[in-house]
This record gives sequence, structure tokens and C-alpha cells, in this order.
Amino acid sequence: MARLARLADSRLLIPVRLLGLTALAFVAVGVFLLLFGKNPLAAYRAIFAGAFGSTYGLSEVVVRAIPLMLCAAATAIPARIGLLNVGGEGQLHAGAMAATWGALTLGFLPRAALLPGLVALGLLGGAAAALVPAVLRWAAGVNETISTLLLNYVIVLLVEYVVRGPWKDPMSYNWPFTPEFSDSARLGLYWGTRIHAGLWFALVAIALFYFVLRRTRWGYEVRVIGDNPEAAVRAGIPLGRYILLTMCAGGALAGLAGMAEVCAIQSRLRPGISTGFGYTGFLVSWLALHHPLGIVAMAVLLGVLSVGGDQVQISLGLPYATVNIIMALIFFVVLGSRFRAARTA
Amino acid sequence: MYLRLDGIAKSFPGVLANCGISLEVDRGEIHALLGENGAGKSTLMKVLYGFYQPDAGTISVDGARLDLRSPSDAIRAGIGMVFQSFMLIPAFSVVENIALALPRLGVVPDTAEIRERVRQYGARYGLTVDPDAKVWQLSVGEQQRVEIIKLLVSGARILILDEPTSVLAPHEIRGLFEILQTLRRDGYTILFITHKLKEVMAIADRITVLRKGSVVGTLSRDKATEQDLAYMLLGERELRTDTFSRRGRADGARPVLELESVSVPGERGRCGLAGVSLSLHGGEILGVAGVTGNGQTELGEAILGLRRAAHGRILLDGVDVSHATTARMLEAGVACIPEDPLRMGVAPGLTIAENMILTERRRFMPRGGLFTDWRAIRRAIEERIENFGLTIPRLTVPVGTLSGGNVQRLLLLRELSRRPKLLVTFYPTRGLDIAATRMAHELLMMARNGGAAILLISEDLDELLDLSDRLVVFSRGAIVGAFRPGEIDTVDIGLLMTGAKRHEWHDSPASPIPAS
Repeated sequence: MARLARLADSRLLIPVRLLGLTALAFVAVGVFLLLFGKNPLAAYRAIFAGAFGSTYGLSEVVVRAIPLMLCAAATAIPARIGLLNVGGEGQLHAGAMAATWGALTLGFLPRAALLPGLVALGLLGGAAAALVPAVLRWAAGVNETISTLLLNYVIVLLVEYVVRGPWKDPMSYNWPFTPEFSDSARLGLYWGTRIHAGLWFALVAIALFYFVLRRTRWGYEVRVIGDNPEAAVRAGIPLGRYILLTMCAGGALAGLAGMAEVCAIQSRLRPGISTGFGYTGFLVSWLALHHPLGIVAMAVLLGVLSVGGDQVQISLGLPYATVNIIMALIFFVVLGSRFRAARTA
Repeated sequence: MYLRLDGIAKSFPGVLANCGISLEVDRGEIHALLGENGAGKSTLMKVLYGFYQPDAGTISVDGARLDLRSPSDAIRAGIGMVFQSFMLIPAFSVVENIALALPRLGVVPDTAEIRERVRQYGARYGLTVDPDAKVWQLSVGEQQRVEIIKLLVSGARILILDEPTSVLAPHEIRGLFEILQTLRRDGYTILFITHKLKEVMAIADRITVLRKGSVVGTLSRDKATEQDLAYMLLGERELRTDTFSRRGRADGARPVLELESVSVPGERGRCGLAGVSLSLHGGEILGVAGVTGNGQTELGEAILGLRRAAHGRILLDGVDVSHATTARMLEAGVACIPEDPLRMGVAPGLTIAENMILTERRRFMPRGGLFTDWRAIRRAIEERIENFGLTIPRLTVPVGTLSGGNVQRLLLLRELSRRPKLLVTFYPTRGLDIAATRMAHELLMMARNGGAAILLISEDLDELLDLSDRLVVFSRGAIVGAFRPGEIDTVDIGLLMTGAKRHEWHDSPASPIPAS
């Protein structure tokens, strides 16, 4: 028994444990579905058939995993020094807004000049949105969990304002959205699906995150702060600088997700460009224990659930909330087991 | 026999902490458990306190066998323990903390009654403490008294004290011993964990020596000598008295460190620094004696750039560094062994190798550390460790899994191999056993002879007198005396430390201490 326990604690088995816990969440949801007279197996079959049953389903999983990966990185990077960035949603919208501004005012530029500029704007927009809570935290000790969360509402409402006000498409018959972007502002789509160049952004960002963390001095200093801030300060590591840096790096990646959503999927800015990618990304990051590789895996898993969620609505008449409940339960089970592990350690 | 432990065995992954330990203790006895770090004293006591479940063995009190599954079982059986790090809530008052320990606490606690009981115990056993003070305002000694009152109020008859003297100043230790003797007179049984021979000889009725998880023997105090105990403690290892080869230092050189009437405001009711002036040369150890919380922390942190001086100047090699950042001070060759190594000096979740480069990041990871080659770093660290003649487990092990003594060794090794020009060291041997203490002392002396200036902040007066070239005594944030080791004995230092006596001491910033 003791040997088993030791095995369960070894790092290599973390993925296995996560998988087991995820399965546990599915069983729990199954019990609920049974109570409501629905066949859980049929529901799960519908979810996975929706996601894996067709090229379209598969491609949609990837489409959703892209912003999830970027928003998860937005949570994971500050989390490495112990900061809780719940502001992915707002940072995503800020990035989308900045990119939209570029696309609308500089749309005449050729693609090769415009797109890199839009990427930069998306990054900057997200970073700016994260800079506010970061500065508040650094200079005044304001809790970044609260400030990032509250700022989400501000930024989403700001988007609502610009698409109904100054940036409204005059030809839209009062629909709240901006004019469509010119072709040179569009990110390429691949293979006749909606999979777009944002995939490379996400994968490169995750790879860079991993590399910086493991193989550079900055990553090393981040890990020291995350493990013991007091020792870090005593070793002369500039804590304040890293608060600003990690928050802005995270915000920038969420902003990039926003840029990709407006430039590839929507071709314009409108309310509801994100179906809670910022919040789901937060979840992904915690499920992945803020580990870069785990983020890729968990983003795909939650992408599957989200695409499958559309399917259960259609085929079984279950509400989309079923999928939200599954996600929430996975979250509870995984975090619960982590806290238990931390307590018994 | 009143308390009987029989064949207690307990192992942790990879470690056999207790292998079949048997122990018998009389009612009203002060029984000392003596052993080096890792001998299994604490584990054994935590088994008795129900904190650990033994793999084998039985515990009985008054002939009745006990099945202790948790500390609350132990408390119900009348067994209480004061841990090395206290289990008090700093923001709560003494009464509130004690209320938490009561077995049957009402929905609305009767604080008047608890306050009364605190007074009673205080009067009877000399456990004087203000019942309405907040715990964070109390000195360590007072907090320890609160812990003991907690045990008494909760009905404990067997008291386990885990290294109770390691946090106390000499006169506080004497006070604690008086309290323990009164408790013994009233029939309380006391188990006293320590690795200090002097304390054992001063207070214990009987002594059980543990080594590597087994009992070496049990002696009554009248039959024991310090020599015997040391031999039992260390085994066949050679016993040697501490004599250091002390190389004289070059005179006339400019001091490495100068403080010119430096003041630092105190935080949270502490005293801070009040106009301290001192100077320290290369190749010299300046001892700072004082009861914890009399400005030593502030002194060290001001020098390291962790705190700003409100008044005065700090000079390093004649350059004003009063406003330098910590990073700059480290680069300028200042090193520190902090008072709580695990909390302040290392990142416990990171590996030994990763921790060993913490204060020399730029050297090991140049150019931003792009493409850091950890394997090469590990090789360099291994070489260093070998040069110091130490054996360290695998470098890829997290530091948090090491014993306190090993963490301290790593810190000493890390900071000394940087060849610092100034080393600020807090309580460098607190919690270390005899062998590790000797090693730490030798390392410090080696650094001194190599030309480093060492500020040795300590409460261990023997250590201060052994190592220091000069000595200052701190009380309430100010220097109340300056000596050479031969000029003063521990009793006088103790009296100065506690403010019971004032030395003739004229403060003059120009030559703060008669230099040599």
C-alpha cells in the first residue's frame, strides 16, 4: 500500500492520475444524467462522436483549443510566480480591440506589412490590459485576482461600446459590429476548415514558455520566486519586475488569442467573440498544473467537450450546461485531490 | 513504570527513523532524550503524541495500553507536546489561543474563566504572561510559556518538549528549568528533547541517548558525565576539542564594513536599530550577542539592502551603500546565512543544483542564461562540493527533502565558495548537532583566515566567545558593550543582553570600536 502511494506521488504518473480523476468526473456526471432519466452513455457517445466523428468535428476541436491554449498560458505564466490572473477574458478582448483598430485604420496596407502589425497590436492590447492590475499589485499590493476579474467586465463592456458607437459598421442596419476587415487583415485558414494560423501562435507560445522556464535565467528566477518569494528577494531577484513581466507576458498571449479570433474567425469585432475562452483557459491551466505540455493536452480535452456539447444539445435535447457541469466537476475533482495531496504531504 | 514505550519502530520512505525503541519513564520525572539530528528523537515523540502511527510497538500509561491514532487521542490520554516551531495564532490573544486548546470549548467561550486559569497557572509555576497580549507581541520565551499553559489547561500530565531551549537566551533557559522543576514537584512527567549536554546535566533526572534510531543507553544523571554522554552520542567518532588555528590579520587596512550611527525603524512592535556604529575588517570575526529580537535582524537586513536605514550611513570598502539594492550588495561580495535557512535561503521545491547557484546566477547563467546547460552546472557544483570535502546526496533531489542540518551545510558551502568579502551570518549553528556545528565553525574560521570579514550574529555565547575576534552586545537595538573574548564571561554578557546591567560604553562614530 505504501509502495502504491509512493508510485502515485511520482511525477511521471501525474498524467495517469489526471486521466483517472477526469474519468471520475465523468462517472459523477453520469449519475446525474441517470437521475434525470437520460442515458449517460448515449450522452458521452454523442459528445465524442461530435468531436471525433467527422473531419469537421475534429477541426472544430482544434479551432477551440487555440484560444484555450493561449488563455491558459495567460494564467500559467503569472501562476509560476504565485499570481492568479483571472483576467484572460478581458485581456483577450483588449487584444481583439487593438487588432481591430489596426485592421480598420491600416486596412489599406499590404498583407505582409499589416498582419505582423496586427499580431503586435494584439499582443500589446492584451499586455496593456494586464499591466493595470500588475502595476496595482506591484505598487500598492492590490490583490490581482480581484482586479483582473473585475477588469474583465470593464473591457468586455468597452467592446460593447465601440461596436455600438464609434466603430459601428454604418451598413449594418443597427447590428452591433464593426465593418468587415479587408482581406489583407485576415489570417489564413487551412485545409478548408476553420483552423487558422493562430494554431502556430499558440504552439510557438507554449514551446517558448517551456524553453524560457527550463533553459534560461529568467525562467529559473521565475521558478525560484514561485517556490519561495522570500528567498528570491534575499537573493536579489527583482520581484516587482517579474510581477510586471509575467502578468504582461500572460496578458499578451490572451490578447493574441483575441487578435486571432477577430482576424481569422469573425473578420470583424462584435460582442461574443469569445465563448468564455478566458475563463475556460484559466481552468485548462489549473488542470494542467500550469505545465506547458499539460496545457496542450487539457486544451484539447476541453475543446472536445465544448464541441461535443453542441452535439448533445442537438441529438439528446440536453442543455449545453451539461458540458459546463462536466468541466466544473473535473476542475473540482482535480483541485480537490491536489489540496488533499498538499495536506498529507 | 508510569509511561512505557515498547519496541517502537517507524520508517519513512528510505529512512528507518526508529528501530525498536523501548523507553520507560517514571511519574514526576524529567527524562531527557539526547541525540544528534536524525537520531530519531522527534519521530519517537511524535509517535507518542499520536502524530505518527508506529509500524510496530506499543505505548502504555499506568499499565493501560494506549491506541493513539491522532494527537487528540493523545491529549485525551493526558499527553501533550510543545513543538519546536510553536503552534500559536499570532493575531490572537493569549486567552484566545488557550481557548483553542480546550477539549470542550463552549459556543461562547467563557474568557473570564480562562483568564483566571491562566493567572493561576502563571502564579503557581512561574509561567507569567499577560493573558490579553496578542501572541505576536510576545517574546519567544513568553510564547513558549503560552504553549506550556495550553498543555496544562488541556489536562496533560505528560509533557513533551521538543528542543525547548534552542530558541531561548541563557537566562530564559534558566527560567524554563525553574518552571520545569516546579512542574515535576507537582507530579508532571516531562520528556525533554535536546542535543545539548550541558542542559541535560542541569535538568534531567534520567537520560536516554539515541543514535541512528536506536537506544544507546539510559543513565541516571548522577552516574553520567558529559564525557560519557558525548561518547554515547557520537559513537566511535573521534572526540576533539575545538581549537582553531587563527591567523593574524593585517592591521591598518580600511575596514570592509562600517556603520555610522545607523537607525532602522522597528516593525510590529519590535525595536529596530537605534544609532548603531561599528566597523569590521577583513580577516576578522565580529560577534554580535543579544537576545533574539533586539535589532539583530534589522542590522543584518540593513547591511544586505533588504531594509533602508532611516539615519546614518553604511559603507562597504569605504563606499556608501546605504541605498544599494540587495542584488548590488550580493554582487559586491556580500553573503548571508539567514536565521531560518529553509524559509529564507533556499527554494525547497527546487533541486540542490538549482539552489546552489541561487546567489551566483549571473556567473552560472551568463547572457540571460539562454540555453542553460544544467548538466554542466551540476558538474561544477559537484566539483565545489568535493573541494570542501563534503558528501551530498544526488544533486537532482529537491532541497526540501533534506534535513535542516544539511540545508545549513549547503548554504554555508554556497555562500563561502563565492569567496565573499563580507559574510553576515545569523545563528549559524542553531538546530545543528555537534558534528555539524563543528563543521560550520571550521568553515567560518577558514573563511576568516582566508580574509573574509564575518559578522557573526548568535545567541550561543560559547560559540561567540570561541569564534569572535571582537564582540559587541546588543540590547533594544543598541550596542551596550564591546569586548574582546578574554575580557568577559558568559554571565556578564547574559546580564548585558537582557539589559540588567549597562557597560561603560561611549559612543563615538569616528572610532566606533577600539580596532585592535
